[in-house]
Amino acid sequence: MDLPSERKIGLRFTKIEKRYGAVYALKNVDLTIAPGDCVALTGRNGSGKTTLLRIASKLTRPTRGELSFSGMAENGNPQAGFVAHTTMVYDELSAEENLLFFAKILGVVNRAQRVEQLLREVGLAERKDSLVRTFSRGMRQRVAIARALLANPSLLLFDEPATGLDPEATAWFIERLRKLRDSGCTILMSLHGESEVARLATRAVRLEAGSVVADTCAGATFQSIFLFAGG
Amino acid sequence: MRLLSNAAALLGKEVRTEFRSRELLSTTIVFVLIVVVLFSFTFDPTSTESHRFGPGLLWLAFLFAASLMLQPCFLREQVNDTLSALRLAVVDPFAIFLAKIGANTLFLLLTELLMLPVFAALFNVTFRGQLPGILLTFFLGSLGISTAGTALAAISAQARMRELLLPLLLLPLLTPILVAATEVTVGLMSPDPVMQWKGIGFLAVFDVVFLTALWLFGEYLLEE
Repeated sequence: MDLPSERKIGLRFTKIEKRYGAVYALKNVDLTIAPGDCVALTGRNGSGKTTLLRIASKLTRPTRGELSFSGMAENGNPQAGFVAHTTMVYDELSAEENLLFFAKILGVVNRAQRVEQLLREVGLAERKDSLVRTFSRGMRQRVAIARALLANPSLLLFDEPATGLDPEATAWFIERLRKLRDSGCTILMSLHGESEVARLATRAVRLEAGSVVADTCAGATFQSIFLFAGG
Repeated sequence: MRLLSNAAALLGKEVRTEFRSRELLSTTIVFVLIVVVLFSFTFDPTSTESHRFGPGLLWLAFLFAASLMLQPCFLREQVNDTLSALRLAVVDPFAIFLAKIGANTLFLLLTELLMLPVFAALFNVTFRGQLPGILLTFFLGSLGISTAGTALAAISAQARMRELLLPLLLLPLLTPILVAATEVTVGLMSPDPVMQWKGIGFLAVFDVVFLTALWLFGEYLLEE
């Protein structure tokens, strides 16, 4: 099911710079992401991938430069689904309570049904009443992915999304990501090295020391993406 | 409207997690109990003395307890970076503050209500017939402590030496509340009880000023 064009979101990073004291996390980043793009951000540790994702989500303000959105988000903040390094879910609540809580805040309609559906999708329906603190890293990651998908966001930001997922869950995630990409969601994800998830990207951007050093546009072969992702 | 529903959902989550773990509430209650008991041993109050300085000691104990209670309200959101998830989800960041203030006020009020009879017994004071006035003072004082304290907890959560920073900032800032609330409570617990409306008015103004400041500038306190 395609997203209507007015729901599609594009991003434009203009001369983005982020400094932590004297250390530059991002330097002069110019990047335009068209609505419906699925972009893989690659690069070594500390290259600025996470910072760029947090700026895209508007959680972090750039020191200099501008982030603008096109499409439905022109008049305000897009409601982005964000899966970060940390799971962003409450350990003291159960998987279901976490999702119901965030669904309520996000104003999701038919939230009980939506939560049940997502719990089934991520394979946690049988553990829905267990506290998240009793979960393994992979199970927590599945709750985090479900949380990010709750409101059917048109912009998805993933920071190494397959972290901790077992092969079965990774296969599910890849299939879900493929559907999201094909439905017109704009996806920006950071990846470490060659991975199955990288095959879904329609474009790869490589960061080094906070700068964009390579940008393979849509239509690039998987091989070139892997070359970039290689470390 | 979304602001209030967001705040209500967040408040529900705060209350649910606290009553599930009972970490904060039980620690605070035990702490205030110890402080009040220690004060009563230290000063060995006669009835006249206790009417004069007892309420001040009680509010000091509440202030110390608040500095203990307020510390984790944003630190807990840092464990899994849930604060970021909240910032992404809420329609207005003020909803996060409203919920935290509501929860902190509720927990502080509960502690105060549990401690009131203990204090009355140890310091030999009576508040018969003055309960509505005392409840009003406790509510306005707790709201002021929670409002200013929640703002400072948000600031200190992102700083180094955060455990020390909050009490250092909080206690001087809350001195006006301490003075006003103590004056009103002394009036209410005296042998000829009197309601000091001037003090009540001051507490209400303090609450409104800090709530308005948080509504206007709270967003910046949550930024990284």
